[in-house]
Amino acid sequence: MSYATALRCRKCGREYPLEPLNLCDFCFSPLEVSYDYKSVAKAVSREKIAAGPLCMWRYEDLLPVDGDVVDIGTGFTPLVKANRLGRELGLGELYIKNDCLNPTYSFKDRVVSVAITKAREFGFDTVACASTGNLAASVAAHAAKANIKSYVFIPADVEPGKLTGIAIYNPVLVTVEGSYDDVNRLCSQLVQRHNWGFININLRPYYAEGSKTLGYEVAEQLGWHAPDCVVAPSASGLLFTRIWKGLEELAMLGLIEPVNTHMYLTQAAGCSPIVNAFQAGSLHVHPVKPDTIAKSIAIGNPADGYYALRVARQSGGGACAVTDEELIEGMKLLAQTEGIFAEAAGGVVIAGLRKLVASGVIKRNELTVAFITGAGLKTQEAVAEVVHPLTIQPTIESFEEAFDK
Amino acid sequence: MSLSLSCCTHAILLALEKQEDKMVKRRVMFTFPAELIKEPIIYNLGQQFRVVTNIRRADVSEGKGWVVLELEGEEKDIERGIDWVTARGVKVDPVIGDIVEG
Repeated sequence: MSYATALRCRKCGREYPLEPLNLCDFCFSPLEVSYDYKSVAKAVSREKIAAGPLCMWRYEDLLPVDGDVVDIGTGFTPLVKANRLGRELGLGELYIKNDCLNPTYSFKDRVVSVAITKAREFGFDTVACASTGNLAASVAAHAAKANIKSYVFIPADVEPGKLTGIAIYNPVLVTVEGSYDDVNRLCSQLVQRHNWGFININLRPYYAEGSKTLGYEVAEQLGWHAPDCVVAPSASGLLFTRIWKGLEELAMLGLIEPVNTHMYLTQAAGCSPIVNAFQAGSLHVHPVKPDTIAKSIAIGNPADGYYALRVARQSGGGACAVTDEELIEGMKLLAQTEGIFAEAAGGVVIAGLRKLVASGVIKRNELTVAFITGAGLKTQEAVAEVVHPLTIQPTIESFEEAFDK
Repeated sequence: MSLSLSCCTHAILLALEKQEDKMVKRRVMFTFPAELIKEPIIYNLGQQFRVVTNIRRADVSEGKGWVVLELEGEEKDIERGIDWVTARGVKVDPVIGDIVEG
């Protein structure tokens, strides 16, 4: 049974029924799911959660769904103690939340699992999304599981390698020959014309809630403690705000002590509208034109940018941008110290963490969690230059000759 | 199943449905550079393109400004109006932010 009570405007506080709706009719600000926390507090306990399934749905009481969920085995991914990387960066207690290990290899499975569950509850027979890769794969996979038709719109210049990981689930795959802005514009108009569950538009308030499970899991995996510092990537800003919301909810429910976590968001310098606003001391996130190899987080006009900015400020955290060269070094460093091959967004997190520690913003003794949200196999071209094998003939002599060089 | 679309957005939408004369609403954010703050862009948009403008949120100072508003009119008028505003130097973005995600 869901404890969600309404959709509430994050700006003006007006409330709306739990329907497929994402914006306040009055001020056009985003809507967020609100809950009856008193009833949730009576229903949940550490013991009940610990006895639940080993996936994100162990936190079902804290998610806005009723009845059967659409689950492909998402969540409860490893929280790895990163001793080698910690030593390299100068941190005593560093953990990696490795969300590469979800069924479609990114954290998007968390949000999509909730969104498709709601799509089915609302009676949609078709869902849709626009994506450069991770979201599309996750939507197509969950739609297959739910036996719902899916349309995924992809800019035509997306790397061909990514298409296989989407097409295998048999969505209607639409490649759009236009700029990033053209695809945005097309999809914002399609949603008005078709009665589809558009995953990150009319289902967005529910979709967003899936990311809270990252915050829940990290606290539970740390023995029901919030970390001192969180370092996470930021695209639309949604993930960042919901990690924070997840921790705050656990504290509100008495499952952890009051949260004193400093939240640090990281972006690629070629698309860093939230970092720009943070550094300028501005309240408004001005849209930018993306120009970075970290395509999975290249959102120039972030829907939740203002709210991500507010979390970074209110938590006593910060914001940090890194160049494409720095993020590539970050990808290599993570792989070569901890054995985790992250996508470019993960490189942004590690390179950002390195800067935050080097500048003394994050202190050596602070327990820090870095969030790795997608797997590197999807963006291999970013680090293709690491491949330089020793080529030999199939003889011992040839090997020894090459080895001696 | 795979499809490939050529993204002249307007043409696609016309192909999907012949609705060019239908009254529609569009929610957008205008971001003004300093040199345009004093110009009555929104007034002119309404006058010249038969688009009804309805401001919902705004923050305008002498340096720069943004306005979140709803546009209502025939689709072709809204498209022409947005093209004109963009050509004047105003950045026009969907109020829901970018839809294309990673």
